[in-house]
Amino acid sequence: MSADQQTGISAARAALSGVAAEPGVAKPDPILTAAGVRRAFGGLVAVDVEHLEVQRGSITALIGPNGAGKTTFFNLLTGFDRPSRGTWDFNGRRANRMRSYQVARAGMVRTFQLTKALTRMSVMDNMLIGASSQIGERMWAGLLPPLWRQQEAANREKALELLERFKLIDKREDYAGELSGGQRKLLEMARALMLDPKMVMLDEPMAGVNPALKQSLLEHIKGLREEGMTVLFVEHDMDMVHEIADWVAVMAAGQLITEGTPDQISADRRVIDAYLGAHHDAAQR
Amino acid sequence: MDWQFVFSQALTQAIGPTMLVYALGAIGLNLQFGYTGLLNFGQAAFAAMGAYGLALAVASFGLPFWWGIAIGLVAAVVMALLLGIPTLRLRADYLAIVTIAAAEIVRRLARSTVWSETTGGSDGLRGFSEAFFAMKPWGDDGNWSFLFVSMESGRLTVDLGVVNFQYSDRDLWVMVVGWTLVLFFLAVMGLLVHSPWGRVLKGIREDEEAVRSLGKNVFAYKMQALVFGGIIGAFAGFMFALSRANVQPDAFTTDFTFYFYVVLILGGAARLFGPVLGAALFWFLYNLFAQGLNQAIRADVIPPSVLDSTQVGPLVFFLLGLGMVLLLIFRPQGLIGNRKELMLDVR
Repeated sequence: MSADQQTGISAARAALSGVAAEPGVAKPDPILTAAGVRRAFGGLVAVDVEHLEVQRGSITALIGPNGAGKTTFFNLLTGFDRPSRGTWDFNGRRANRMRSYQVARAGMVRTFQLTKALTRMSVMDNMLIGASSQIGERMWAGLLPPLWRQQEAANREKALELLERFKLIDKREDYAGELSGGQRKLLEMARALMLDPKMVMLDEPMAGVNPALKQSLLEHIKGLREEGMTVLFVEHDMDMVHEIADWVAVMAAGQLITEGTPDQISADRRVIDAYLGAHHDAAQR
Repeated sequence: MDWQFVFSQALTQAIGPTMLVYALGAIGLNLQFGYTGLLNFGQAAFAAMGAYGLALAVASFGLPFWWGIAIGLVAAVVMALLLGIPTLRLRADYLAIVTIAAAEIVRRLARSTVWSETTGGSDGLRGFSEAFFAMKPWGDDGNWSFLFVSMESGRLTVDLGVVNFQYSDRDLWVMVVGWTLVLFFLAVMGLLVHSPWGRVLKGIREDEEAVRSLGKNVFAYKMQALVFGGIIGAFAGFMFALSRANVQPDAFTTDFTFYFYVVLILGGAARLFGPVLGAALFWFLYNLFAQGLNQAIRADVIPPSVLDSTQVGPLVFFLLGLGMVLLLIFRPQGLIGNRKELMLDVR
């Protein structure tokens, strides 16, 4: 029985329990496998990841100090940037040559550090635009409403369910630009779910979210795992990482310096060094 | 001073052939700029593709009229592809730079002396519109009248007492075709912008990266908008050329593009009927000021020492410019735009 068929926190953690805490370690059932991914801007090597696997059905955190290359790595994986070299497979398909929209169609959907709500469109339209394979999105078919009306109604149903779940149902006819920062985060996540993704990539989901909303956002992220989705997220907040992550990958200066369970990572000397600079204890003495 | 004449003239023009050219050009621009956020500063060149495609085919190469229309449309599509392929993957401002430059290149090529045997150089071309006017379904010299409408020696008068509308026989045919085109494209646009396809375009206008992250091929959508808007621009060019029965390169300056923008912003961008209302108001005001000032000078209401008739043209544009500034301050959404939408916090 593979891990994605199980549910709950134990499944992913159990699957990862026997995995050694070392960078580039193989996982029992990886949904994403990256090898030799490098991105250089002129002389600056922003990302140079030898090997990384992400376990299917897990919540994996990608942490690291500012400038570690986390967001650049994210952009590469989701097709928003091109690597200098390197390959990766997503869900059994070679994905490093895909364009961003093809990545999304393949089932890997991302959100952004600076939330991208479509401000001058209604919350409902924000959701409906996320729906995949709507035939009315072809120009010629747009002219013939009978072709897409039924599909539109089904998408609307689905959007209403998601909005209900993310507590945005009362806002559905408002402009997305009228939402608060936290509500926009929720909308972005709900919108990503309209694509029925296999893997959700969250770039700093907690940035700029007030503490009250943080807890509900955490629950929503756990909910994604319970539905069998894989989550990879970039985060600074170690408390949050501790609370929800099954596995943590640490980047510093573009490289993957270690991996492990949250407990292993917070005890890891190299992680503290990466965040605070090497020998900070020595300096304190 | 004959106010009735001034108003009648302005109203006659407000739904006349020139207004239709502006309306068509702005409908195309509305798809590109209003709905998709594409900064096409070369709509004049798309109109030139239509106008010159038709004129060159018929007047210089002796092809049939419909061939001319087809060539004009193909030329507009080719231009949209040429401009779009290198720029639509880049940031929005690159399209603006390339289109404004391309529009000038087109105009300068048309007026260059090298091909003046074919293109007529700066004098342009004429003699391509006979086939169009021959299609007019009514005869040339029927005299009739019905209630307040009368046709006399090729001149139609609609006399409403307070004001009257007067059109020549040829203008009337241009208007029949022009309004049919306007209504047709409004219907098509209405279906498109309310479809899922139109929703993707609006999403691209708001944030194309977000739309890309949702699995939409943004480049293809932008290209479709650029091409279809350009095709409508080419129809503006056909109407422009046919209504004047000539084409001249210097009619297609960047000013022409900016009038399309004025019309669009005046009416309300991203509103279906914005371009038509904007075109009617723009051309009404232009003629009202121009005819009003001319009449005032003729009737000695304004003495020649203050203003003579040669200065009316520049002054009218000055007044329209002032009006535009006031509009942007007090009613930035245009006639029928949505102010709330415009004032949203775009974070």
